[in-house]
Amino acid sequence: MDYQIDFDLIFRSLPVLLRGLLVTIELWVPTVLIGLTAGFLLSLARLSKSATLRLPSLFYIELFRDTPVLIQLIWFFYAFPIIIGVQLSPFVAALLGLTLNTSAYSAEIFRGGMQSIAQGQWEGARALGMRRSKILQRIILPQVFKRMLPAFTNRIIEIAKMSSLASVLSVHELMYQGRLLSSTYYRPFEILTTVAFIYFVLIYPGTWLSARLERRMAEKA
Amino acid sequence: MNEPILRVTNLQKRFGDLHVLRGIDFSVEPGERIAIIGGSGSGKSTFLRCLNFMEIPSAGTIALDGNEIGKSRGREEIRSYPEAELRAVRERVGMVFQQFNLFPHMTVLENAMEGLLTVKGMKRALARERATRELEKVGLATKLDAYPGRLSGGQQQRVAIARALAMEPEILLFDEPTSSLDPELVGEVLRVIRQLADEGRTMLLVTHELGFAYHFATKVIFLADGVFHEVGTPDEVLKAPMQERTRAFLERFTEFAF
Amino acid sequence: MSYHWDFSGVWSRWDLLLAGLINTIKIAGISIVFGVIVGLILAFLKLSPRRFLSAPATVFIEFYRNTPPIIHFFWFYYALPVLANVSLDPFVAAVLALSTQSGAFYAEVFRGGIISIEKGQWEGARALGMRHSQMMRRIILPQAMARMFAPFVERSFELTKTTALASTLAYADLLYQAMLVNSATFRPLEVYTTIALMYVILLVTASTLARIAEARLTAYR
Repeated sequence: MDYQIDFDLIFRSLPVLLRGLLVTIELWVPTVLIGLTAGFLLSLARLSKSATLRLPSLFYIELFRDTPVLIQLIWFFYAFPIIIGVQLSPFVAALLGLTLNTSAYSAEIFRGGMQSIAQGQWEGARALGMRRSKILQRIILPQVFKRMLPAFTNRIIEIAKMSSLASVLSVHELMYQGRLLSSTYYRPFEILTTVAFIYFVLIYPGTWLSARLERRMAEKA
Repeated sequence: MNEPILRVTNLQKRFGDLHVLRGIDFSVEPGERIAIIGGSGSGKSTFLRCLNFMEIPSAGTIALDGNEIGKSRGREEIRSYPEAELRAVRERVGMVFQQFNLFPHMTVLENAMEGLLTVKGMKRALARERATRELEKVGLATKLDAYPGRLSGGQQQRVAIARALAMEPEILLFDEPTSSLDPELVGEVLRVIRQLADEGRTMLLVTHELGFAYHFATKVIFLADGVFHEVGTPDEVLKAPMQERTRAFLERFTEFAF
Repeated sequence: MSYHWDFSGVWSRWDLLLAGLINTIKIAGISIVFGVIVGLILAFLKLSPRRFLSAPATVFIEFYRNTPPIIHFFWFYYALPVLANVSLDPFVAAVLALSTQSGAFYAEVFRGGIISIEKGQWEGARALGMRHSQMMRRIILPQAMARMFAPFVERSFELTKTTALASTLAYADLLYQAMLVNSATFRPLEVYTTIALMYVILLVTASTLARIAEARLTAYR
């Protein structure tokens, strides 16, 4: 195999790729923040005693978990504007799709966490005279976060990976820039391998952290 | 007098820096029933597990029926233990564990048959017959097709005993067989062990059940700090111990006697 | 809002969508099979006490776990041919990407299943005089497989969703066919909603069947 790797090209392409990385992060961070928050509210609806809250939220969660993310992004960019009568920019459509997807998965994480907190916690707090929202805030949620931290970390990693699908909608994030450059310079091996490495460097710390957290929690148990 | 069925010479076992067994000399005659008592960390489980080579000795020799197990490697302390030889030992020296270690994906009967089928290569019909016989002996004839998960702790341990018996071992090792059981279930297991005693089997029992040890054993050994601190008949060791340490150990058991 | 839903274009091109669905199932099935093979090899390597065997396996697995799937698709389709001087058709590139990806995750499922078998099982088998191969075959693997089942199904579920990315390589899967139908009918709402529902039906059916199979397998618990 006498393929000559063009290292100089890799070096020259970095500025463009890093610009794409910036957009990736612009997708990633809001998705995490809004998605997790929405997921929490959704989990409350999912756990609610009222069927009018519980059933639609169940339907919503299943819908997002039983369809490919790519379909969801495409749907929000091409199909959704027809319903609302407004054309969305690729970035906004991607952000919308990723955020709603995250809310569905996070809702399940919150739900699992809350259901795993023993009934006794609620009872102990109520016996002290606390009201429901306070119990949630001071007793239940802190424990849910601690317990579900590995699951949340995994979700955050998944979101970073999902952001690459926004390239299909032509959002100028890292994957898109990679595809653009590799076809512009006809050197897909150098460019795509570099893009893969950048993603790895971005995501691996999260995986490492998650593994450490899981180990710490297993030790404490 | 025949050759002792088991002879242990200068048995030592180290785990890293921890010197658990510090030189034990010991022999077992056929038909002897030996109870081994001691505090936690004394090394009694480690000692028992060396006898069927679940733990490999760091130094010293173990001889079964006069044959030393393993090969000396020139320098005295270092021995090599070929896996095939150890497996042969384990066919002849059976073990019953504190946690039973039954195979949950097999029925009671299949558990008892497993060693016969897989290790002894016995034909299925013969294995079934022998396994059934042992299970009947321990009182579980009605549970042959049940899965271990559905049985009580006492029943599971009895299956474990039947599984070990089916291999027709020359020596039976019991590693705290009742320590994991609820108190009400301890009796049914001890009764089975007592039954085996009446058959004249050679047995070694590591236990905290001193009352049972007193009635069951022909010899009692108190293990402390990795050596045999006191050895004698049940009357000697349990009722009139000579060593202060033994007395102190036994006192803990009578502290809340009523 | 008086949007007139019009599924006539979708119905008239139903055969195209069905062909896409069949291709999706085909590529998923084949990739699962190859993925299992890759996963078994990786698990075996990673379980080995020899560093020179386990280390490369770990690197491979970590690389696939920490990079987005879409980069694997593009790398096999565009970069590998340049490097190895071959040409790959979209199907082959997609199967390579999916099999290696899922293989990395399956490896962790297989390894996790075996490690989870408690030490006492090994001891009970050893005390009877079994040799290592007998212990694995009679005692460890049967129990491990029951435990691996659920995570295996979950991973295969994810793989099936990821097949949608094959459309970016112009492989005629369900999503690609949907894009064709959309460009012919200009009814993205009807088209993409339809295939979203088709994915839901496919995945829910598959996971229900899997759940039934799992119940049968673990009947002894």
